Amino acid sequence: MTPAVAAGAEGGAVHYAAASGAFSLSWLLIALPLAGAAVLLLGGKRTDKFGHVVGTVAALASFVVGLVIFFTLVGRDGSDRAVSQHLFSWIPVNGFQVDAGLLVDQLSVVFVLLITGVGTLIHIYSIGYMAHDPGRRKFFAYMNLFLASMLLLVLGNNFLALYAGWELVGLSSFLLIKFWEYKPAAATAANKAFYMNRVGDVGLAIAIMFMFGTLGSTNYDHVFTAAAGGAIGHGTITAIALLLLLGACGKSGQFPLQAWLPDAMEGPTPISALIHAATMVTAGVYLIARSAPVFNETQAARTVVVIIGAVTILIGCVIGCAYDDIKKVLAYSTVSQIGYMFLAVGLGPAGYALGIAHLLAHGFFKAGLFLGSGSVIHAMDDEQDMRRYGGLWKYMKVTWVTFGLGYLAIIGCPPFSGFFTKDKIIETAFDKGGTSGYILGIVALLGAGITAFYMTRLFLMTFHGKARWSHEGADAKHPHESPTTMTGPMILLAIGSVAAGALFVVGGTLQDWLAPVVGEHGEADHVLSPTVLTLLTLVVSAGGLAGAVLRYQLRPVDAVAKPDAAVSPLTVAARHDLYANTFNEAAFMIPGNYLVRFLVWFDKIIIDGLVGGTAATIGGLSGRLRRTQTGYVRTYALSMLGGTILVVGALLLVRAG
Amino acid sequence: MHTVPWLTILLVIPVAGAILVALLPKRASTLAKQVTLVLTLVELVLAVLATIAYEPDKPGFQFAQRYDWIKQFGVSYSVGADGISIVLILLASVLMPVVVLASWHEAEEGKRGVGAFFSLLLALQAGMVGVFAATDVFLFYVFFEAMLIPMYFLIGSYGAPKEQTQRSYAAVKFLLYSLFGGLLMLAAVIGLYVVSVHQLGHGTFDFAALRQMHIDEDTQKWLFLGFFIAFAIKAPLFPFHTWLPDAGAQSPTGGAVLLVGVLDKVGTFGLLRYCIPLFPDAADYFAPLVLALAVIGIFYGALLAIGQRDMKRLVSYTSLAHFGFIALGCFAFTSQAGTGAVLYMVNHGLSTGLLFLVVGFLVARRGSRDVDAYGGMAKVTPVLAGVFLIAGLSSLALPGLNSFVSEFLVLVGTFTEYKALAIVATCGIVLAAIYVLHLYKRTMTGPVVHEENKLVADLSLREKLVVAPVVALIVALGVYPKPLIDIIRPTVTATFTDVGHHDPAPSVPVAGVTTTGGHS
Repeated sequence: MTPAVAAGAEGGAVHYAAASGAFSLSWLLIALPLAGAAVLLLGGKRTDKFGHVVGTVAALASFVVGLVIFFTLVGRDGSDRAVSQHLFSWIPVNGFQVDAGLLVDQLSVVFVLLITGVGTLIHIYSIGYMAHDPGRRKFFAYMNLFLASMLLLVLGNNFLALYAGWELVGLSSFLLIKFWEYKPAAATAANKAFYMNRVGDVGLAIAIMFMFGTLGSTNYDHVFTAAAGGAIGHGTITAIALLLLLGACGKSGQFPLQAWLPDAMEGPTPISALIHAATMVTAGVYLIARSAPVFNETQAARTVVVIIGAVTILIGCVIGCAYDDIKKVLAYSTVSQIGYMFLAVGLGPAGYALGIAHLLAHGFFKAGLFLGSGSVIHAMDDEQDMRRYGGLWKYMKVTWVTFGLGYLAIIGCPPFSGFFTKDKIIETAFDKGGTSGYILGIVALLGAGITAFYMTRLFLMTFHGKARWSHEGADAKHPHESPTTMTGPMILLAIGSVAAGALFVVGGTLQDWLAPVVGEHGEADHVLSPTVLTLLTLVVSAGGLAGAVLRYQLRPVDAVAKPDAAVSPLTVAARHDLYANTFNEAAFMIPGNYLVRFLVWFDKIIIDGLVGGTAATIGGLSGRLRRTQTGYVRTYALSMLGGTILVVGALLLVRAG
Repeated sequence: MHTVPWLTILLVIPVAGAILVALLPKRASTLAKQVTLVLTLVELVLAVLATIAYEPDKPGFQFAQRYDWIKQFGVSYSVGADGISIVLILLASVLMPVVVLASWHEAEEGKRGVGAFFSLLLALQAGMVGVFAATDVFLFYVFFEAMLIPMYFLIGSYGAPKEQTQRSYAAVKFLLYSLFGGLLMLAAVIGLYVVSVHQLGHGTFDFAALRQMHIDEDTQKWLFLGFFIAFAIKAPLFPFHTWLPDAGAQSPTGGAVLLVGVLDKVGTFGLLRYCIPLFPDAADYFAPLVLALAVIGIFYGALLAIGQRDMKRLVSYTSLAHFGFIALGCFAFTSQAGTGAVLYMVNHGLSTGLLFLVVGFLVARRGSRDVDAYGGMAKVTPVLAGVFLIAGLSSLALPGLNSFVSEFLVLVGTFTEYKALAIVATCGIVLAAIYVLHLYKRTMTGPVVHEENKLVADLSLREKLVVAPVVALIVALGVYPKPLIDIIRPTVTATFTDVGHHDPAPSVPVAGVTTTGGHS
């Protein structure tokens, strides 16, 4: 038996206690932001003036409830921290019984705190960021809707409730990407995000069907008990795991479904921070960690998970080096950092908690980086091209410092959070052992170096060097620090970026906390000494950093990017997203368009012509009949009469016979 | 309460109403509207009361009444409700006042006057109640055919203004397709009667009596086909569908809502009520064919919807895809799939009904069904765009909204019997996202490209009143579908178990999973 199974509970059976006390309020976590969204959407223009306050208070209230539940959970016995609340019977059809039910446990509660905590900060930030937007009320309504959906996703106690949250966060993401829907690019990006997510959702849906078909249940406790007990056949459990993974790849922007996430940056920047960096896109990691008992049973599926993680780390890193749009670079860095999380959770019991630790640390520093970029974009009149930045540190010191702290965290500079969490993942990858362990470890190591390079590039191009903009002229810029509602959350997130890693990883705090859900991590045999590996990681990262300093600090940065002809083929490929969009177009969109056009013709000529041969004749006839509308009636009456006579005649015959 | 003849009352009100409204003087058009609205509201209240009075776990037909009609041929006026028919009658009763209010100004351009329009609507409602309530196969046939007449006139006389030729073409095409199907069904009905004469010694059209017969398999196949083709045209299923886009496009908005929302459900209702219980062996024999047509329809309808420029045709094609799901659920022969299919009939009536309503409102403002005549409307008409999106999200089966529950039930129920089919059908949800959101993008987002669109008004109070109850139901049935499921489930389960189909047991049942309770 693997450690994780023993950890579930005695005998491998997963059991959740019934909710009472503070836990019977867990539905409020979802209901509060949902009510906020409802008030703002149904209240309409009447709530324009105070909509942002309602939205922020709803988020904050949900966070407070989350804190209460967290501390109550801490106060419970370590083996008794999984509490399930039955709300009502949702879809009951004989053997198929799906309830609306919530599960508060060690895993879901950390997500609750992340979602509502970072969520509240970003609500506050948005008060300033969206102050002049005529649609601010709607913006807060959609953000509240997102919080409710995301909380449903992590709190559901069965896979169908998770699926509901899963698709609803997709909806909120869609609504917020296209928030400025008068811009065609925003509308297109929103649709692309929804389509690609739906491809992943197909996988998740079919996984749930497999669970029901095999076990007759989609409840976590039933599925995990059966999985941990080895009751599910190997083929089936591998299929389930791979299908879950497909869903995870869609939601988390992992290869091969990564292309939507950079486009999603069309949404307002607070959304990029909240949904497309800190919370929703990490749902795939949650799904895999939550389904640990399933993934523990299938080495094959875990191998696919780590491969996808490793490939995505590199894709994100390489493309991140090539873009000049500050938000696109951050987006690809998100793709790549989530790759680290996938790599971690793909390593099984040794890595689940590390993946979650990196997820939480990333939630802080990436949200902080995005909010910082929003502050810069705000100050630079919506300019997002870093080649038009430079030397901004003088004008916005708070943004500079808070962004700098986040930057140090993501490149893994000790003692900032990314150092602890990423270092551990690299170490565990090597510890996997064998050739595969080396390959994964080296990819993770390489990724750390490239991350240091492109993030340093971003930081230097934005805040340092010569200003590549002007105070005067037609395109004059007047950079300034952002209002307190914006800098306040940035400061708090920066504190999180500094402290989170040590808090979670040192001494195995988070690992111990999560052990009952995802299994004991155990002490692995080290392939390389952790100290050596830490030093190696630091050297590689320093190399990346130095490279960027040489290129972007010591040499002037062009205000206009070099044309494709003047840069290396790899840069050109990276500028074109490694041709992911080109591939999708050639493989799906163009053939799809032809198929649709063919079918339109086929339906008109073949189907309508053959099946509706009579109709075609009548089509000709109708021209003549049109003038005498009564002709219709007569035709109809005659046929009805004919029919009736036929009936009566037939009945008489039968009667006579 | 057993003595209340709910169904007859529900039938008499619209019949009497249709006559009354037709007899009103031509000038009293406002009175005609008001009378119709009141009558449909009364009908709605009564239908709700009837549904409450219905006892889901009691087997057999309820509120049953039987009076001889043509005694020598065993034809009777027999009505009764089961869990399937009662919810469909309820659906019709919910949509009627909505349609009446939505059509408040629609009939003015029609060529037969306002009163006639509302009279036809009431006649249509009578037909809908009758066709679901009939428990005599001949009576069913009569209602099945009678419904065509008001619908035919609604399309032909009140359909798309300025498109006289296409309108007539669509109306005739609708009529001929339906009549052709009806004729085949008539032959099968007579055949059934002949068999009953031989088997029971006296001819009958009584459904309960016919159900007790044991028909040899070859006869079953022929009779099955007679009914099936009629229903496949009505529903419609691929490849019998080409009348639908024409009729959907040319109908007045209210007509389209009732046509696709309720009338077409007679087809899928018929599959469950007649094809499967009366001809179980033939149903087994033809199941692979029906399932194949259903899955083809899901993809075919979705792809064609993507390819449309005419918004009403587009919505019609999405319905073809949805009917694919419903037929899949009917012929997977599991209680989950079957219950999902019936729930889908209700949900589809609401979601597609709402979609037709909103598209109708938009078309009424600009006089064009062409997608390219719009663009950026979310800025000009935000409420309309919001309702449009909700209808679309329901159509693509977003969880939290009604259609998700039914679609997932169909898929998961199909999966337990036919894994591959369910997996393929599930891929259809990607196409659903595309046809809905692509349409939304083309019409609602981007800049307002046409100058004349900049002055278009948002939804009026009347129009908001029209859509509000439908939106509310779409959300309510997504979050808490249990009341409807509890009505539908026993009838569907009995339908399948009576012909020997039981839900397959899970291969590794988890100890402690209860099959009845909903509590953890």
